[in-house]
Amino acid sequence: MMNNSCAQPMWLNGPSPGQFYNFMGGNNAPAQLPRELTTAGPYGTKHSTAAITTGSSVLGIRFDGGVLVAADTLVSYGSLARYQNIERVFQINNKILLGGGGDFADIQSIKRSIDQKMIEDQCCNDGVVMKPAELSSWLTRVLYNRRCRMNPLYIDVVVGGVDEAGKPFLGNVDLRGRAYDDYVVATGFGRHLALPLVRERKPKDREFTFEEATSLIRESMKVLYYRDTRSLPQYTVGICTANDCSIKGPFKVEENWTFAEGVSGY
Amino acid sequence: MILRFVFHYIWLKMFRNQYDSDVTVWSPQGRLHQVEYAIAAVKLGTATVGLKNNDYAVLVALCKPPSELSASQRKLIPIDDHLGISIAGITADARVLSKYLRSECLSYKHSYGSTYPVSRLITNLGNKMQTTTQRYDRRPYGVGLLIAGYDEKGPHIYKVEPSANFFNCKAMTIGSRSQSARTYLERHLSTFNGCSKDDIICHGIHAIRSSLPNDELNKDDGASQLNITIAIVGKDQPFKILNNDENTAYLEMAKERGTSSMASKPQKDDDNFSTEDQPESSTPRDPQVAIGTMEIQ
Repeated sequence: MMNNSCAQPMWLNGPSPGQFYNFMGGNNAPAQLPRELTTAGPYGTKHSTAAITTGSSVLGIRFDGGVLVAADTLVSYGSLARYQNIERVFQINNKILLGGGGDFADIQSIKRSIDQKMIEDQCCNDGVVMKPAELSSWLTRVLYNRRCRMNPLYIDVVVGGVDEAGKPFLGNVDLRGRAYDDYVVATGFGRHLALPLVRERKPKDREFTFEEATSLIRESMKVLYYRDTRSLPQYTVGICTANDCSIKGPFKVEENWTFAEGVSGY
Repeated sequence: MILRFVFHYIWLKMFRNQYDSDVTVWSPQGRLHQVEYAIAAVKLGTATVGLKNNDYAVLVALCKPPSELSASQRKLIPIDDHLGISIAGITADARVLSKYLRSECLSYKHSYGSTYPVSRLITNLGNKMQTTTQRYDRRPYGVGLLIAGYDEKGPHIYKVEPSANFFNCKAMTIGSRSQSARTYLERHLSTFNGCSKDDIICHGIHAIRSSLPNDELNKDDGASQLNITIAIVGKDQPFKILNNDENTAYLEMAKERGTSSMASKPQKDDDNFSTEDQPESSTPRDPQVAIGTMEIQ
């Protein structure tokens, strides 16, 4: 008759026992902390303190009709060039590109969360998709929250894309949730090597054109390959404009080592 | 003999409506009477109108004080910069819903730095309201909402009922005697899209005006006497409830335009007010439940 295996609780949504006669409804336990902070493992709890498998630079350039995001295909294990054919620029939806630097496991983790959000977007079936500025803001919240829990994601990401009006956005969010947006952003060594190169070529009165942006990416990725030891001469480029959002490549850096014969004294 | 009649009467009383004691109980006709009663509560509130053109959504609400001695109820509630609601029914319930809407919008803004897409917000509100129609320990919200919002998809007017049904509307009106306003809106619907911001507000005023009973309408030719609130939201226009001066200005404007456009309105329609809205009189009738009364012969 009655199926007791799925019996419901007798009393739902009512006052909990003691709610009316205990001080503060008996609800004076301290606020619940996240599980990973309150449950220790057999030898205590240790959060990660450094990135293990790392991606190096990501470079993003905004131009008049969209953005370009480039990263080489190397994921290092310390100084070892461990995984040499991994794309680090992702297409999130038709409006957003994500370039990931830092701990690649954490990149994959946040990427899974973002992909889940995109699925939820599609489930609404209302034609509203997330914009790059929104994703950037959301990442700031998540990463800052993880920082506050003393358990940060060791990542440094570039978020680029266009909004519903086709206006380009390019921003950067790092492991503490610090964020900014600009016509050029870079992570890792690229921030030291590529960023100044791009900035000194920026015309004051206008945005870059697509041609300027592509040649700057090509040039910067070459410089990064020559100067950054954690890099490869192979990279992918994500392009996002109002009509197109995709990952191109992999491309090869035009290397020329003839000058090396003249280098001596090391 | 008399005793038999008395028994009959008690029987009738008892089973006049056997199926409205609980929200979760179906009538054999497939109706939820408690939910329908909640919808009837919306018809007790004063009328409110929502309409939109290409760039703006406008809410106009009639604010009749419940008694001579009290101030009028607030009918328009701002939710966020891009969204506001107009209510008809139990104001206390509306306050709870608007608190929910506000916190959702705020939380969305905190996470994403942008405004909550209107369709998505209303879907979530609908889901929240639906649970009350399916649980024995809940009652439906006794308030109808008109929501005016603006997002990347343009301006929106949504109607939300206590049954948790919601409708994306070109123009809509709820509340007592709203049928006449609806007639006005239906008649002028084709002109709304192309018309200006001022025009759309004036249309709103005219619509709400046509829901007034005749005796109030004739008081000093209506318009300036109208106790209404207007709100607008749209392109580069955050949700704003118009202040007294703007209100008066628009009422005057509507009055001027009204002489031409209202004149084109057939007189017959004015006469229909009382008859059309008769079923929505202040005491809601119980739905006729044939099965409950059928066996009484």
